[in-house]
Amino acid sequence: MPTIDNIEGLPFLSILIFAPLLAAAIAALLPDEKLVRWWTLGITTAAAIFSANLYIGFDASTAAFQFGESHAWIPWLKINYTLGVDGISLLLILLTTLITPLCVLASWTYIKVRVKEFMIALLVMESAMIGVFSALDTVLFFVFWESMLIPMVLMIGVWGGPRKIYASIKFFIYTMSGSVFLLVALIALRLQTGSFDLASAMGHPFSHGFQTWVFAAFFISFAIKVPMFPFHTWLPAAHVEAPTAGSVILASVLLKMGTYGFLRFALPITPWAATHFAPALMWLSVAGIVYGGLAALAQSDMKKLVAYSSVGHMGFCTLGIFALNTNGIEGATLVMINHGVTTGALFICVGIIYERLHTRDLAKAAGIGKTMPILATFLGVFCLSSLGFPGTNSFIGEFLVLSGGFKVSTVLVLCAVPGVVAAAAYNLRMLQRLVYGGTDNPDHTGTADLNFREIITLTPLLVFVVWIGLNPQPFVTIMHESVVHLLQQVGR
Amino acid sequence: MTPFSAIAFFPELVLLAGALGLFVVTLGEKQGRAARAGAIFVALVALGASLVSLPQSTVLFDGAYRIDAFSQWLKIVISAGYLFVLLLSGNLPDIRQETKAEYYLFLTLSVLGLTMLVSSVEVLSLIIALELSSFPLYLMVAMRRERDGQRVQMESAIKYVMFGVAANGIMFFGFSYLFGLTGSTHLPEMFAKLAPIAGTPLAIVGLSMAFCGFYYKLAIFPFHFWTPDVYQGASNETAGFIATLPKVGAVAVLVRLVSLATPDNHSIATLLSGLAILSMCYGNLIALVQKDFKRLLGFSGIAHAGYAVVGFTAMSTAGYTAALYYIVGYMLMVTACFVVICKVSKDGTNVEIEELSGLHRRSPLLALTLVVAVFGLAGIPPFVGFIGKFGLLSAALAKGHLALVIITVINSAIAIYYYLQVVRKSVFGEKGTDGPAPELLSIDLSTKILCVLLIIAIVWLGVAPGPIMNAIASSLAGINLPL
Repeated sequence: MPTIDNIEGLPFLSILIFAPLLAAAIAALLPDEKLVRWWTLGITTAAAIFSANLYIGFDASTAAFQFGESHAWIPWLKINYTLGVDGISLLLILLTTLITPLCVLASWTYIKVRVKEFMIALLVMESAMIGVFSALDTVLFFVFWESMLIPMVLMIGVWGGPRKIYASIKFFIYTMSGSVFLLVALIALRLQTGSFDLASAMGHPFSHGFQTWVFAAFFISFAIKVPMFPFHTWLPAAHVEAPTAGSVILASVLLKMGTYGFLRFALPITPWAATHFAPALMWLSVAGIVYGGLAALAQSDMKKLVAYSSVGHMGFCTLGIFALNTNGIEGATLVMINHGVTTGALFICVGIIYERLHTRDLAKAAGIGKTMPILATFLGVFCLSSLGFPGTNSFIGEFLVLSGGFKVSTVLVLCAVPGVVAAAAYNLRMLQRLVYGGTDNPDHTGTADLNFREIITLTPLLVFVVWIGLNPQPFVTIMHESVVHLLQQVGR
Repeated sequence: MTPFSAIAFFPELVLLAGALGLFVVTLGEKQGRAARAGAIFVALVALGASLVSLPQSTVLFDGAYRIDAFSQWLKIVISAGYLFVLLLSGNLPDIRQETKAEYYLFLTLSVLGLTMLVSSVEVLSLIIALELSSFPLYLMVAMRRERDGQRVQMESAIKYVMFGVAANGIMFFGFSYLFGLTGSTHLPEMFAKLAPIAGTPLAIVGLSMAFCGFYYKLAIFPFHFWTPDVYQGASNETAGFIATLPKVGAVAVLVRLVSLATPDNHSIATLLSGLAILSMCYGNLIALVQKDFKRLLGFSGIAHAGYAVVGFTAMSTAGYTAALYYIVGYMLMVTACFVVICKVSKDGTNVEIEELSGLHRRSPLLALTLVVAVFGLAGIPPFVGFIGKFGLLSAALAKGHLALVIITVINSAIAIYYYLQVVRKSVFGEKGTDGPAPELLSIDLSTKILCVLLIIAIVWLGVAPGPIMNAIASSLAGINLPL
């Protein structure tokens, strides 16, 4: 059973969770839109800087949950407020706090109506996202997991594109139907172990039959969230209709909750079932990689293209997880971070183009690179990263995943190759069209290049693309012990 | 015989005196405003009186009436609900001018019936309390204003009476069996004698039939037929009352009866499971296609009654606690919906879901209230609907009702769709961000306070259910002990 090191002094995680919530309440009282923007930017940036404390204070030499906090919450149902992070969740929390201020910046001019409500939704969302990654009580996890749906569905439904209603309702119903099964699984676990504590469910000797049922419930809810093929159909709709910040959060953080769920729940709690079903899930992942790649190749809408590329990338992620070896899971975690950085950046780039041209059609936006050279530079790096070019972040992640996969089955990995090739094709096609394509579209004359705010938005992501690409070791070191411990729990 | 204690009976006395006072007011002409002020005053005093009499515990009227922690905190809930209903009903735009004062009289009498219901432990006092709470409602449904070609309120009232009478008749019939088996009408005595023969067919038939009167109040399948028509036919305020407080009363009495009657009675548990499943599936599936908001709430109410019954199938304190907690939360959420209906409604007419379009631009506070209430009803954390349902599911699963729990969660997922339609209309809406600004809704101070109170309550009970759940659980522990 994993240990939890409680901290003395400041409850870092609680502060990180509740500061944005408090800030949202204050934002509701602010009179002026401009003020709300700056306030949100200030708070989210402060949260990002504050979260560095976690990184500094984290002890990577142990797999124990750190920065632990535990209080009784609802004694009647034996639900506790228990928080803590290990190497995997730490990285995801840092990703969340990095992405949120960038989302504020990306919506600075994109969101024109009901700015205050948007910023409140964003802050509530940040709080819930950090909560999901740090909760160590299953009910607490579920509460954060579900609370996040409301701001997200409002974000799509209120500030989204023309088919926002269809997209938001589909998104909500899909994810909600998945999570009700998660709820039943959590209650079933509680009845077996006598507590909602995540740590006590890990390594509890459940019978194989019980594991199969619980794993099935986990699978439905997490696979929808990831989304794994064939549960991905909500994703393109939601991504395309969401405003830029919504797409970014969706891609960078929300999808990770599915894979995080597999790592935190499915593997350690139901190790037998996870091992038993791993081959099938790896094949589903490969199907996702190939399907995502081919579907992205066929898109003319840039946002849809990036959305389908997400299906492919997340396929890599689940492939790594169910390879059930160190390379695979470390690679999967890196893919989670990388996908958050790269795809988030691509969505921001598409949003920037959309703000100027009011179209996401690849054909109409072709040649924009001539008038926007700075954007073209950024776009070039992010597209290369998305296709897994050596020297960028995705290369490392996918390389680790594939080497993990090779240890399991060569045939399987070979089957994923068309997806990788397709990734190169659609990314280069988009890049080529945008930067060199269709020369004389009259709409493009006078299109302003990136302004200072937009450069600031994209730069941190660029830094991480190169940093992880050239020096991934610190990121791997942080999670290494946690991954090794996780694999011990699975019995590998 | 215990001496009569006025302080223990204080809330009922206040309501009774209030009802008499309102009767005097109704003798004048066009006393609507005065009656409203009087009723609000009565509600406030009744709330205070319930708080004062909270620590009381005694038995009154030769054992027919039991004052314990359980009944006393429910009286607080009922008085609070009474106050909410009065605040949301405004000046009764859709009640005939000449009967406005009487409306408040009947409302108060019905509330009096409910307060007595939660204390009744004798078949006779139970029946009197139940009828006292029902009869005024039959009249209130019919008191809606007539419009050209619209006499739907009369149809609804007739339906309500007929189904009510039929359900009560079945209930009396069931009680007559139980009386025949045990020779007593005093519930604790009756059920003590019933315990050894609880498994016999006659006892099971008697018990099942005795519950019917409360199934009717709660709108459990197959006693649900009145619900949508009455919700639609009654004025918005009346429907707001019918949808909330009587259900709390019904769940409370069911808790008393089921906990007395059935320590681990398998047949009853199976029967309850069946009714819960039918109610949930029926309510949710039909609600999917509704266009009238009140009708939608009617069908969703059937489904929610089904959820509450899930708690009873566990036949454990945990289950009863969860059911009570759930129904109190439900009361708050539905009250919030009806606040919005009453304010959005033009001149007291029914509200189509379509009419909620662009609500957030007409009144952000009402839109927020509605969104919180509807997400709560859908069972999304951090609102009270989630934690209540969580308690219900935990209790049922603890007793091994896996199939029931899975059907419940599937139903929750189905329900999301129609709740989202409401959210979609009110905040996403076609008239949401584009087009000319629609006319603003003016809401008065008391409505604003009510909205804020309800939002706080729905969130607070959702994130900090501990104290209240403990209070319910501990009051339930003493429910069958002799005083």
